[in-house]
Amino acid sequence: MHKEYLTVSNIVGPLIIVEKIEDVKYGELVEIEDAGGHLRRGEVLDVSTERAVVQVFEGTTGLDVDESKVRFLGRSQKLRVSDEIVGRVFDGSGYPKDGGPEIIAKHTRDINGIPINPQARDYPSEFIQTGISSIDGMNPLVRGQKLPIFSGSGLPHSRIAAQIARQAKVLGKKEKFAVVFGGMGITFEEANFFIEDFRDTGALERSVVFLNLANEPPIERIATPRLALTCAEYLAFDLDMHVLVILVDYTFYAEALREISAARKEIPGRRGYPGYLYTDLATMYERAGRIKGKAGSITYIPILTMPEDDKTHPIADLTGYITEGQIMLSREIHRKGIYPPVDVLPSLSRLKDKGIGKGKTREDHADVLNQLFACYARGKDARELALILGEAALSDMDKIYLDFADRYEDEFVRQGESEARTIEQTLELGWKLLRMVPSAELKRISPEYLERYYSEDQ
Amino acid sequence: MKKGTIIRTAGPLVVASDCLGAKMYDMVRVGDIGLIGEIIELREDKAFIQVYEDTTGIGPGEPVLLTGEPLSVELGPGLIQSVFDGIQRPLDVIRAKEGDFVTRGIEVPHLNRTKKWDFKPLVRKGQSVEEGDFLGEVEETPLIKHKVMVPPGIKGKVTQIKKGKMTVQQEAAVIQDQEAEHKIRLFQVWSIRQNRKVKKRIMPENPLVTGQRVLDTLFPLAKGGTACVPGPFGSGKTVVQHQLAKWSDAQIIVFVACGERGNEVADLLLSFPELKDPSTGRPLMERTVIIANTSNMPVAAREASIYTGMTIAEYFRDMGYSVALMADSSSRWAEALREISGRMEEMPGEEGYPAYLASRLAEFYERAGKVKCLGSEDREGALSVIGAVSPPGGDLSDPVVQSTLKVVKVFWALDDKLANERHFPAINWQNSYSLYVDNIKDNWQEEVAEDFTEIRQEAMKLLEEESELLEIARLVGVESLSDTERLVLESAKSIREDFLHQNAFHPQDTYTSLRKQYLMLRIIIHFHNLGLNALEEGVPFNDIFQLEVRERISKMKFISEKEQEEEDSVHDVFIEVDRSFKELIKNKG
Ligand SMILES: Nc1ncnc2c1ncn2[C@@H]1O[C@H](COP(=O)(O)OP(=O)(O)OP(=O)(O)O)[C@@H](O)[C@H]1O
Ligand SMILES: [Mg+2]
Repeated sequence: MHKEYLTVSNIVGPLIIVEKIEDVKYGELVEIEDAGGHLRRGEVLDVSTERAVVQVFEGTTGLDVDESKVRFLGRSQKLRVSDEIVGRVFDGSGYPKDGGPEIIAKHTRDINGIPINPQARDYPSEFIQTGISSIDGMNPLVRGQKLPIFSGSGLPHSRIAAQIARQAKVLGKKEKFAVVFGGMGITFEEANFFIEDFRDTGALERSVVFLNLANEPPIERIATPRLALTCAEYLAFDLDMHVLVILVDYTFYAEALREISAARKEIPGRRGYPGYLYTDLATMYERAGRIKGKAGSITYIPILTMPEDDKTHPIADLTGYITEGQIMLSREIHRKGIYPPVDVLPSLSRLKDKGIGKGKTREDHADVLNQLFACYARGKDARELALILGEAALSDMDKIYLDFADRYEDEFVRQGESEARTIEQTLELGWKLLRMVPSAELKRISPEYLERYYSEDQ
Repeated sequence: MKKGTIIRTAGPLVVASDCLGAKMYDMVRVGDIGLIGEIIELREDKAFIQVYEDTTGIGPGEPVLLTGEPLSVELGPGLIQSVFDGIQRPLDVIRAKEGDFVTRGIEVPHLNRTKKWDFKPLVRKGQSVEEGDFLGEVEETPLIKHKVMVPPGIKGKVTQIKKGKMTVQQEAAVIQDQEAEHKIRLFQVWSIRQNRKVKKRIMPENPLVTGQRVLDTLFPLAKGGTACVPGPFGSGKTVVQHQLAKWSDAQIIVFVACGERGNEVADLLLSFPELKDPSTGRPLMERTVIIANTSNMPVAAREASIYTGMTIAEYFRDMGYSVALMADSSSRWAEALREISGRMEEMPGEEGYPAYLASRLAEFYERAGKVKCLGSEDREGALSVIGAVSPPGGDLSDPVVQSTLKVVKVFWALDDKLANERHFPAINWQNSYSLYVDNIKDNWQEEVAEDFTEIRQEAMKLLEEESELLEIARLVGVESLSDTERLVLESAKSIREDFLHQNAFHPQDTYTSLRKQYLMLRIIIHFHNLGLNALEEGVPFNDIFQLEVRERISKMKFISEKEQEEEDSVHDVFIEVDRSFKELIKNKG
């Protein structure tokens, strides 16, 4: 049915060049049959009257110029969806990996998605309680937000993500809820950790998993997050579910993109990543959100490991430019043995303002949050000063703040991996620490709340 | 219509042959489904086309329709309160037609074709008119009288003029000149790549008051001026731009959301109908046009979006309005330029940007300005432009930042460190500058206060001294500083925390009138001067430091504009400062 070409002229990295083609379209899905009869898939990146440039998802290892057969399938890459998809595990190309049957499609969806009309967006404003104080108290997550975790190699981002997936809930509501998990280039152990964790807590039944492991073809990683997001869109906007999407690790994703770009001999941007990395990431990250008149939502937690813990590295930098804040993990806090090692100062939730306060969390939340920031920042300054000049050189007030910073990390940030604190508990803990500081110092808290919450017998 | 044939598709770039006769920047329809594109280069019979919609599924052999018309916008009633995509398609109409996602190949009129406007003529039959003259007006919103102008290039006698309700397409007037009869509708069509004509450029001399203390007092922008806001992610560029769109005293706001977040557009749409213009009390939306081409929408349309916005802004300027355009973010526009340039295999310049990046940016910012508008009557309009820049890693050596700094006159440098400390707006007072201070000084003296510039100078000086003293303190400890020096540190801190720090999300703090800004700063400086005096009189430093009135100084920002106007509450603080120091000196020793 589809015309077969034996005209592969060049193989460069993950790309093949097919000559003397006819009626090939940009973005078209391609099937490549190698000499041994094995099928691989790819996509058209550039097409002219003479030739097409095709990226091969499974990589080009073992392909040759003479015998490879290429068929252009006349459509872009699709995901088959139906409500049966929930509870299943797929590979990075969307084929079942759990031994179960193929999904009988109710719909097929283009995995690249279509941009949400900005006019159709509903502004996210529902507070999600993750049970983690350094997130809920300081950088609250709201439904429909895209909030990445900026991690480093060896830091426990997987455990934090799994904890969020287990504990996340919207106060006072019981609704249809699902988790879509995608792994890109992660190890078997890491993937297994998630699946086992989901299985143990019963979450697997309401999860969909897409896995491309470290030993699987890197180029496939280009498709994996898009499959996950296409699935999430279906669950959220067709089936009215609240979907939490966790995708790890975007660093490996970006490396795959870089490989393709290098093979195409494109002019590289910073550190060899292509100039269009921003746009490429944005077309995925922006698929999170809420839509007016739809019950469901997509909340999105992409995870990336910053090379050398450098947040100005292009992957972290461009992500920060697109997402609505970031949760930053710190190696220094991790070394102190504190879990979760969230560094609250460079972390940020940009959508928090409409998600917290009276009727949502508590009236004093914004003030407490600002005051904790201020006190902790001052305490860290004092810590630095003490390091240079010795603790004796600190003023009495500085000593209080130094003490504050230590206890803040130890009591507020530190918590158990299965400890789910309510927002009241988190705020109370905040007040407990603020009481270390004389009330006259608490300038970010309005007098009304100071009166109501500052005294011990509250 | 003439047709070419596609010979290559590579993302947003399509190349077509058989295009002889096509002109640069002509609009074309690409492929069997007729995607909108624009010719950006011609080589022999080949046209290089940037396509404003996703090109998946488009391939060689498909046709390209050459419309022979430049890519244009429609300028007429119905612009205000609209949200358009990068090529002026109204997003609400697209939504009504296609649902919640923006699909491809949609064709919708730019301006509403059915809505009727009440046209009031401003000329009589037989009157002579020339380009730019008002023929009549419609009330577009309660805030904006939309003038229907004689289009550029037309001069003659009015032979017909209508009155009453009509759609934009109906004929409102007929003008007869030597050669022809010109039928004038309520809207004009104008190429986005073409500057709109003006009589002449004049120097900006009035401040654009934004209600943001650090901007208005330290680094003011003039009406008709240009500014840029560079900074790393999360440093507050968008909040600054939104604050300007909300509170600046321009009459018309054009906000171009270029390659940024969808939720930020949703935020504008949610808040603008609720927020009231401080001078008129009307919803802010009634003076606002939004162009939204978010980061997930087609990349080439990002490139066009700032020109679409600019052309609309110029059009309102031509009516004699003061217009302000915000572009968030110009870096995304530059990246779109780079991407297309890369696909065309042009010679790359710095960081892969094309060599013409700097000249394109300069041309763009040059469209700002204060002008004498076209028309026989004397009329002035102003167009201020504020561009956000998002350099990789916040690195100011980025080519987009550097090329922008060569053309704009105001630099608001956002600083990662300040943002992390939650000092907002995180505008670094040491690197930022405004080259308009001399232009608007007279206006300040007349409208605000005789000594405004002096107070401002003193504040700047204290901040300067603070950074030097902090350096010393870091090296040898605070104890080594004299009492006078410690007072300088305290006063500078007060300037930073009680004046420069401004919370955009606090109902009172979000906006401060220029008058109140002056009063606030004067009190801080006054306190400092009295403090110096008291030290000389032998008052111990700690007594000054512990004065209760300092608490009131720190709360001045929360005094509402209304209370200030009615009760002059800030002045009470001033009196209290005086009284406190008198007592101190009386009771010393
Ligand atoms: N004036 C202000 N008052 C209070 N908060 C502010 C202010 N300016 C910035 N912020 C805080 O900083 C956050 C980030 O600001 P903003 O979104 O403007 O950053 P940005 O520079 O536009 O980042 P990006 O480049 O990623 O778009 C806001 O969500 C808000 O929490
Ligand atoms: Mg921004």
